Amino acid sequence: MRKILLNIGKLAVFAAVVLWFFSAPRPLDQAQFDGLTGDLARGQHLFIAGGCASCHAPEGATGDAALVMAGGRALASPFGTFYAPNISPSNNGIGGWDAYDLGHAMLRGTSPDGRHYYPAFPYTSYIKLEPQDIVDLKLYLDTLPLSDAISRPHDVGFPFNIRRGLGLWKRLYLKNGWVMQDAPQQGRKLVEALGHCGECHTPRNAIGGLQTDRWLAGAPDPSGKGQIPNITPGALTWETADLIYYFESGFTPDFDSAGGHMADVIENLKRLTPADRTAIAEYLTARPALAPDPQ
Amino acid sequence: MRIKTGLTAAFLALSLTTAASAENHMDKALEDAKDAREAHMELYSFNMSLLGGMAKGALPYDADSAGKAADSLAALTMMDQTRYWIEGSDEMSIDDTRAKPEIWENMADFQKKETDLIAAAKAMQGAASQSLEALQGAIGPLGGACGACHKVYRAPKT
Repeated sequence: MRKILLNIGKLAVFAAVVLWFFSAPRPLDQAQFDGLTGDLARGQHLFIAGGCASCHAPEGATGDAALVMAGGRALASPFGTFYAPNISPSNNGIGGWDAYDLGHAMLRGTSPDGRHYYPAFPYTSYIKLEPQDIVDLKLYLDTLPLSDAISRPHDVGFPFNIRRGLGLWKRLYLKNGWVMQDAPQQGRKLVEALGHCGECHTPRNAIGGLQTDRWLAGAPDPSGKGQIPNITPGALTWETADLIYYFESGFTPDFDSAGGHMADVIENLKRLTPADRTAIAEYLTARPALAPDPQ
Repeated sequence: MRIKTGLTAAFLALSLTTAASAENHMDKALEDAKDAREAHMELYSFNMSLLGGMAKGALPYDADSAGKAADSLAALTMMDQTRYWIEGSDEMSIDDTRAKPEIWENMADFQKKETDLIAAAKAMQGAASQSLEALQGAIGPLGGACGACHKVYRAPKT
């Protein structure tokens, strides 16, 4: 009996060591950032296309106020409510960070002091960006106004409040690589990486991993009410020209207008180039048609 | 004794029916308000589709019909909407609506967004029959005014 207990004990220790090992943050190679210099105009474009302000600007902010990355906006989910942090270049934001720190956050979902971020921050999409993108973006972020707002802690229940567990989650779901291998590059980078469209439009499994076999096929709204639409040709049958007009005006082909979070996304899409909007539309119309969710 | 019980029962039954019928009346008022505002939105969209169709080049520009659609749109924005947005007609309280309860929590902001829509529609009224370029210039702010309200006060489709 005692021997069995001892063995169980050994096994538990072994399991704990294995879990600790597999849940450790996986560092990004700093050498990838050596010698890179930023381009401010590219940085601003990445900022808009990446939708940073849609979460990090204060709720309802317009004009210059929408450039203050004070955070605070709430994102409801089945795991709890996440609050976007301050990412302004102040001491309460990311003022002390260099481009490598930002790369670590965006490409690996890990803070400079080695803690895992929750995937409410869409690093599972941003991982597809290049170090050069991060360097450009950092240069632009540093030009934005300062905010002293203190980032609000997330309101997440057990067991999801154990951040170390996210290391295991990342082993499963933080993957670099395009979903649509044969897609045109410009649209693919805008949709899959920067625009992080899949984060809302793709369904998730019980522990929040994206079901990439149902890529962009629609999902329940994470707030618990309503449905985020299927935007594959299986349900979205708009012409390319209709999609482009929607991206620049917010009007659907029957002249309803975008609402909810999509209205924020339209604010960004409006400010991209016509070539960008065309590239996104072409990516979407080239997707295989997935049938609407049978549920 | 028996009479008293009978009376009580009758009284109870009567009051229940009255309550139920009051509730039916209330339900009907909420339903009517919801239907009316949806009909109103349809009319916005009906006129917008002409203006927007011209703006995006799907329809040939015609100054006369564009002007009329813009007049109709401006007239629609001027109509009194107080009876559309009655308390209790939000998506948490009744079926088949996407109107969020936040409308009633932030009525002043909701009304400000309505004022913005009126201004954008007036600008379109001045522009639509002038030229295609003028129409195209006015459509962005109009779309912005629609979106500003839908962004905060309309729930996602179910």
